[in-house]
Amino acid sequence: MGQITLSKVVKQFGEVTVIPPLDLEINEGEFVVFVGPSGCGKSTLLRLIAGLEDTSAGSITIDGVNATDLPPAKRGLAMVFQSYALYPHMTVRKNIAFPLKMAGMSPEEQEKRVKAAAGVLNMNKLLDRRPGQLSGGQRQRVAIGRAIVREPKAFLFDEPLSNLDAALRMGMRLEITELHQRLKTTMIYVTHDQVEAMTMADKIVVLNAGRIEQAGSPLELYKNPKNIFVASFIGSPKMNFVGGQVAKYHNAATIGVRPEHVMLSTSSGPWKGTVGVAEHLGSDTFVHVNTEEAGTITARISGEVVVKHGDTVWLTPMPDKIYRFDAEGVAI
Amino acid sequence: MPRRISNSQKTMTTVAAWTIGVLIFFPILWIFILSFKAEGDAIGTPLHVISSAWTFDAYGEVQGRSDYFKHFWNSVVLSLGSTLIGLAIAIPAAWSMAFVPGKRTKDLLMWMLSTKMMPAAGVLVPIYLIFRDLGLLDTRIGLVAILTLVNLPIIVWMLYTYFKEIPGEILEAARMDGASLRSEILYVLTPMAIPGIASTMLLNIILAWNEAFWTLRLTAASAAPLTAFIASYSSPEGLFYAKLSAASVMAIAPILIMGWFSQKQLVRGLTFGAVK
Repeated sequence: MGQITLSKVVKQFGEVTVIPPLDLEINEGEFVVFVGPSGCGKSTLLRLIAGLEDTSAGSITIDGVNATDLPPAKRGLAMVFQSYALYPHMTVRKNIAFPLKMAGMSPEEQEKRVKAAAGVLNMNKLLDRRPGQLSGGQRQRVAIGRAIVREPKAFLFDEPLSNLDAALRMGMRLEITELHQRLKTTMIYVTHDQVEAMTMADKIVVLNAGRIEQAGSPLELYKNPKNIFVASFIGSPKMNFVGGQVAKYHNAATIGVRPEHVMLSTSSGPWKGTVGVAEHLGSDTFVHVNTEEAGTITARISGEVVVKHGDTVWLTPMPDKIYRFDAEGVAI
Repeated sequence: MPRRISNSQKTMTTVAAWTIGVLIFFPILWIFILSFKAEGDAIGTPLHVISSAWTFDAYGEVQGRSDYFKHFWNSVVLSLGSTLIGLAIAIPAAWSMAFVPGKRTKDLLMWMLSTKMMPAAGVLVPIYLIFRDLGLLDTRIGLVAILTLVNLPIIVWMLYTYFKEIPGEILEAARMDGASLRSEILYVLTPMAIPGIASTMLLNIILAWNEAFWTLRLTAASAAPLTAFIASYSSPEGLFYAKLSAASVMAIAPILIMGWFSQKQLVRGLTFGAVK
C-alpha cells in the first residue's frame, strides 16, 4: 500500500500562491524525490501530503481514500524531519515507542516492535540514551526508527541529511536506499541536493516556484531534460549553456553541453580559451575555461589532466550530446 | 583562539568585581549586624557598632510587638497565590502566542510589556477607589488580584520566550506520531517546558514577595505582608535601627534562602535564550 494521488492541489499563504494547481501520482513502493532550489515549494508539498498544512484547494488521495481533510495522524504516514525532531526528555526507546503508545499498543508489543526497529537500524545499544547523548547520525537513525515502527503506508523525509557532514551523509544515503529496498514502502524524499536525488530516486520530481517542471526517472531527466531549468538542475557540475552565434549555428536560442561531454585538447578544437581554474579531484578534473566564442565553459575530464591557470586549451563539445533550447528555454 | 587577557587586567577586573559585589552586599550585611545590637548601640559610629555587645533583644522585641508569623503567612499567601493564578492565566496565553500567533501577537506582547513602564503611582487613586468600593482594601483576595495583574506581563513574556524555544517540528512530529492535542501537551510540551515554568514561578514569587508599592498602600493590618511589617518600624515616632534591621532580616531571610537554593534555576530562567 502507499499509492498517493494529488489532484489540482493548491496552497496559498494569504495572498501568495506557493503551489499553483498541481497534479502528481506517486505509485506504491516508489521512491520519489522532490528536488528544487530553496523556496520552490518542495517542503510545502511534502507538508501538504503529511497533513501539517491545509490545502487551499484540490484533493489528496492516499490508497484510494480522500485524505485532504484528515489530520496527520490519521493518514498513516510517517515523517522524518530535517532537525530530527526527537523528544529530548525521552530515551531512545521511549522516542521510538511514542507513536505505538499513542496508538494504544500494549507495552509488550511496543517493546517487541522497538527491538525490531532497533535491530534493523543497528542501534540496540543506544536504546537507553537520550537524544542529547547521541551524534547527529545516531539521532537521524532514531528518527527513522520512530518512523519505521508505525509500519506506515509511506515515509516522508524532509531534507533528512542536510544537518550531517559529508561522509555521514553518504553513509545514511545508502542506508535509506537499502531500507527502501528491504521495506518496499513508498518513500517521498525532499532535498535540494541533486546528487541525493539522482542516487536515491526511482522518480525525481523537479519543482520550480511550486510547479512541476519535469517528473521522471533520474536518467530520463539527465538525458532528456524538458527545459533549461531541469537541464541546469540535474547533473553535477551543472550543464554549460551558450547563446548567441554559437547557438544560432545549431538553430537554437541556447545550447547546453554537460561538462562530461566536453573534450579538452591542448592543440585544436572549435572553442579556444584559457584555463581559469582546474579542480583536481583525483578521479576527475574539472577545468573551467574562459573561451571567446562560448564564454566560461566547464569541462569534466576523466582522470588527471595536467593543466594550470593561464594555459591555452581548445574545447570540443560532443556533437551528439548537444541540447538545444528555444527562446522560452524549452528543449527542441 | 581565546582572547588574551594580561595578568594585570585580570587582577584589576577581579578587584573591581569584588568591590562592586561588596558594595551591593554591604547594606544587607550592615542590616544583619545592626539586628544583633541594642537600640542604643545601633545608632553609634560604625566602629562602636562593631565593637559593642551582640544581643538577640531586637528579634524578641519585634516578635513581641508585631506578629511576625501573621505577616509571613500573608506574604506566602500573596506571593504563591498571585503566582499560581498568574501562571494559570499566562500558560495558555503564552502557549497560543508562541504556537498559534496572530497578526497582532507581537503588538499585544509589546503593549503588555509597556504597561510595566507606566509608573504605578499614576493609577494609585483609581485603583484605591475601586478597591474601596469593592471592599477589597486590606484583604488578601484584593492583594492577590493586584499582584497577579502587576506581574502578569512578565510571566507571559517569560513563558512566551520559553515556549518559542521549543522547536515547532517536535510538536509536528508528535502530531504525525498520532498524539492528540491533550497528549501533545501532556507528554511532549509540558515536560519540555517544565524548567521554564519553574524559573518563571520562582522569579514571580520573589517579585511578589518584595512588592512594596501596592502592598503598603492597599493594606493596613489583616492582609499586611512582610513589606508592611518592615515599614511599620520606620514610624513617625522615630527610627528604631536595631528593630528595623531585625524586621528586615526576618522579612528577607525566607526569600533569600529560597533564592540561594534555586539560584541555578533562576539564572537559567533569566538568561534563557541568550545562550544556547
